[in-house]
Amino acid sequence: MGKLDGKVAFISGAARGQGRSHALRLAEEGANVISIDACAKIASIPYEMPGLEDLEQTAAGVRAFGRECMTRQVDVRDEEGVIAAVADGVRRFGRLDVVLANAGVAPCSTDHDAWAEVIDINLTGVFNTVEAVIPHMVAAGNGGAIVITSSTAGINGVGGATRGGLAYTASKHGVVGLMRSYANILSRHSIRVNSIHPTGVRTPMVMNDAMAAFLEQFPEMQDQVSGNALPVDVIEPSDISSAVLWLVSDEGRYVTGITLPVDAGFSNKR
Amino acid sequence: MTALEGQVALITGAARGQGRSHAVRLAGLGADIVALDLCAQIDSVPYGMSTPDDLEETARQVRHLGRRVVAAQADVRDANGLAKVVAEALGRLGRLDIVIANAGIAPVATTADPQQVWQDVIDVNLTGVWNTVRACAEPIIAGGRGGAIVITSSTAGLKGAYYGDVGVVAYSAAKHGLVGLMRGFARDFARHSIRVNTIHPTAVNTPMVVNESWGKFLQAAPEAMAAGNALPVEMLEPSDISDAVAFLVTDSGRWVTGVTLPIDAGFTML
Repeated sequence: MGKLDGKVAFISGAARGQGRSHALRLAEEGANVISIDACAKIASIPYEMPGLEDLEQTAAGVRAFGRECMTRQVDVRDEEGVIAAVADGVRRFGRLDVVLANAGVAPCSTDHDAWAEVIDINLTGVFNTVEAVIPHMVAAGNGGAIVITSSTAGINGVGGATRGGLAYTASKHGVVGLMRSYANILSRHSIRVNSIHPTGVRTPMVMNDAMAAFLEQFPEMQDQVSGNALPVDVIEPSDISSAVLWLVSDEGRYVTGITLPVDAGFSNKR
Repeated sequence: MTALEGQVALITGAARGQGRSHAVRLAGLGADIVALDLCAQIDSVPYGMSTPDDLEETARQVRHLGRRVVAAQADVRDANGLAKVVAEALGRLGRLDIVIANAGIAPVATTADPQQVWQDVIDVNLTGVWNTVRACAEPIIAGGRGGAIVITSSTAGLKGAYYGDVGVVAYSAAKHGLVGLMRGFARDFARHSIRVNTIHPTAVNTPMVVNESWGKFLQAAPEAMAAGNALPVEMLEPSDISDAVAFLVTDSGRWVTGVTLPIDAGFTML
């Protein structure tokens, strides 16, 4: 008996990293999963993006738990694409209970286009995702839970002075505003909305050569991007999945409108 | 192998309400329990406080789950008495890993002397937590295995409340104060891998809230009555709070520290 038996989850950025970890954890607890990911190179992003084979590997992981997984290669900037993926998923699985707006990029980049691309993906992408799921969840009338992946940079002014870093911090703060508004708007439908704020997590978005080179170039950033209070440098995707599971399962049934740090004390030190 | 096998959890205010629920939940997860409660009346408190029979019932429920329990009458206002009880419990159970500083009073709509009400609320709800953590921190640190401390604050610890009632404003002041305590302890204890967080429940179905004086208070302050939850629920159950406590003290919360965690059906965001 899983905590999410019979439930359906939609996850953006599901090809790898935290998104994949969430997909597997929710499947382990009984949920069928609709997985989307851009799976494509993005101009201002200096690290490698996932490929379709990564998204397929997530699906295989879900199926290994005996659950079904629908995959779509969709960029969260593509409003129509997200709407179609959600509609296809709801048609296939018959319902939608859990939504994880997880897709995001973090270019510590001085590239001129970084600002607009990061805002489009990290902020407008979350808006597109939540807007696409609301009609289905409200019409079904059986409540639900939405979790938006923010960051410690969503509640602290960290991230540095580059166009990419500023955009990351601004977008991650921005989704807190979205979360709070949606939590208010959707509470009467018993749809809960919360944001999570991880410190550095061991994923390709963080553990890459571009990030390492950036930190070498701007050593003063080291304190901002690391520096947890608990004796740990980088936490694991599964740690974030534990928080997500608590929020979306019955255990979090009265938790809404909150910013939940999973940050080894990073924010409390600031 | 259960999540808390071999660990020991100390809970204040354990005779009934949220404290009993936490004791039984953590015992269900494998922990041995130190259950402390005053089990006596405080003059300024207008509702009936817990009794030795209540505490014995908690102990019975823990034993029923096959866990060891040390149940003792202890006043969190008495630092020396508390230290003695903790030492005795450690002698019998061998270690300490988890502390739930949960004991608290809410004397609203009382006819007692306002100065006495203020003092009693600050003594129990704020100084009592200071005393509890002081008595417990050293043994947890000495254990060298880290640990988790959860302090029970309130929505009134995040949002001010007065309504012309000294009990309410003293409660709110004490519960805000706990956030300061938590943030200080969290920074300091992080190097010992001891996590410290506060929880902020909205109204919970316990004898502290479901009583005649609470009804009198709401009648006298209809604007307090109107300050409801966002989600369509009037009152949470103690088990809802225990779900959050279990998330925080088990491995699922291993990198969560320095966090104010509302379990409040959206109360504080409204």
